[in-house]
Amino acid sequence: MTEQKDILTVSSLCVSFQDRSKGLFQKKNRIQVLKNVSFSMKEGEVLGLVGESGSGKSTLAKAILGLIPYEGKITQVSSYPQMIFQDPYGSLNPAKKVGWILEEPLRLKGGPDSAKRKERVREMLIRVGLDEKFADRYPNQLSGGQRQRVCIAGALMQEPRLLIADEPVSALDVTIQAQILELLERLHKEMGLSILFISHDLRVVYQMCDNVMIMKGGELVEQGTVEEVYFHHKNEYTGNLLQAAGIHI
Amino acid sequence: MKSGKKKNYNFIVGGTITGLMLIFIIIGFFYTPYDPNAMDPSAKFAGISLKHLMGCDNFGRDILSRVMKGAGTTLSVAAGTVFIGTFFGIILGAVTGYFGGILDEILMRVNDAIFAFPSILLALVFISLLGSGTYQVVIALGIAFIPSFARIVRSEFIKCKNMDYVKNARLQGAGHLRIMFVHILPNTFTVLLSAIMIGFNNAVLAEAGMSFLGIGVQPPQASLGRMLSEAQTYLFRAPNYAIFPGLVIILMVLGFSLLGDALKREE
Repeated sequence: MTEQKDILTVSSLCVSFQDRSKGLFQKKNRIQVLKNVSFSMKEGEVLGLVGESGSGKSTLAKAILGLIPYEGKITQVSSYPQMIFQDPYGSLNPAKKVGWILEEPLRLKGGPDSAKRKERVREMLIRVGLDEKFADRYPNQLSGGQRQRVCIAGALMQEPRLLIADEPVSALDVTIQAQILELLERLHKEMGLSILFISHDLRVVYQMCDNVMIMKGGELVEQGTVEEVYFHHKNEYTGNLLQAAGIHI
Repeated sequence: MKSGKKKNYNFIVGGTITGLMLIFIIIGFFYTPYDPNAMDPSAKFAGISLKHLMGCDNFGRDILSRVMKGAGTTLSVAAGTVFIGTFFGIILGAVTGYFGGILDEILMRVNDAIFAFPSILLALVFISLLGSGTYQVVIALGIAFIPSFARIVRSEFIKCKNMDYVKNARLQGAGHLRIMFVHILPNTFTVLLSAIMIGFNNAVLAEAGMSFLGIGVQPPQASLGRMLSEAQTYLFRAPNYAIFPGLVIILMVLGFSLLGDALKREE
């Protein structure tokens, strides 16, 4: 593989939240959620981010997307990173039809006229493995897997180069999980997407990713290629994680 | 969702009553058996007959015609009131619920203060500032109705603003106004609709109450509250004068509250 340029560089990123004060006169503490996180991502790479609950995975994603204030430096090549959320039930507007939801990203970008937008929506629905009839349905008429496909379609409408998937399959059952992962893999190959894949499932990460980072308590404790991390880990915590997942090496 | 399990009788009965009342009122806009303001001295206190289905009042005016026109007036005032209340309530609730923070604190405390007054009392204050008349009643009651709608909309916005689809819209580059009124607002419609129904009831009663006190719709324009207030003097001589306007008020309120209840259950 030729050397490709970085699509995302994060250097010494720190995020802290104000502790919720219990009383009016109590001293307010700041909780450090991310401590000095640095990494970079190559174009067309699938980067796994693994860690236990509360380790700051989602916070990192939000910081990259600019949804929360942070200190440090985040440089990205693509200006519109998109995100796939964990819960496919909350990430589609229940009052709107699928077609409307998928057209909205184009509308917001000042995209083409109505007929062209509908055509794009139709293409994208087929691309993510749904029927074009789904455009006329409401999200609550779809199953979890179908919803997640719509979410992926919506995230791809603005043709982002970086996609952040925050536990995209953990709310789905196993067979649907496999289908969604397959879809992500196919889109990655077809469109040359870079994916930051956040998960707590080490097996899924092994299957999907080129490189992987292990996070604990807001710090990156280990990063490297999948082979390095899985077979020659240096950190004890990584070993514990692998053991807990039943992966014995 | 409508499930076949249990029929929603509230919806059927409420819908029927409201539908009949609306037909009654709409007919009243275009046709009444007599001119509602025409006095006929020979028909003073005429009883119920084929000629005058609900009898006549102290000036010999046909009560049926006046009830038809009066119900229309009451309905228009109520509709205007609810419109003002909903319109400004949505704006206020959306802004405070979506942005939160200090602006929310200030506006909602003012809201609470207004909410603490009974709406009729508050409307009386506005009437004394604006003078009495139909339009003034609409404005006064409308202002008094804003806080309750603002609260409902605000709580719905707080519920929705942290949903992932709102974050998603932000990522795609939607502005705050677009998120508020295009993405979130449609999700409040079910709750808002039943609130509008209840608000409609309160508005009908409030208008009737204010006209009864003589500060609402001015004579000779007919209004249900106005008619009740005139009828109380002749309660024993001509009970039909009070009964029919009262009955129409009851049916109107009953229809709307059953409908509101049914909509709440459909959620």
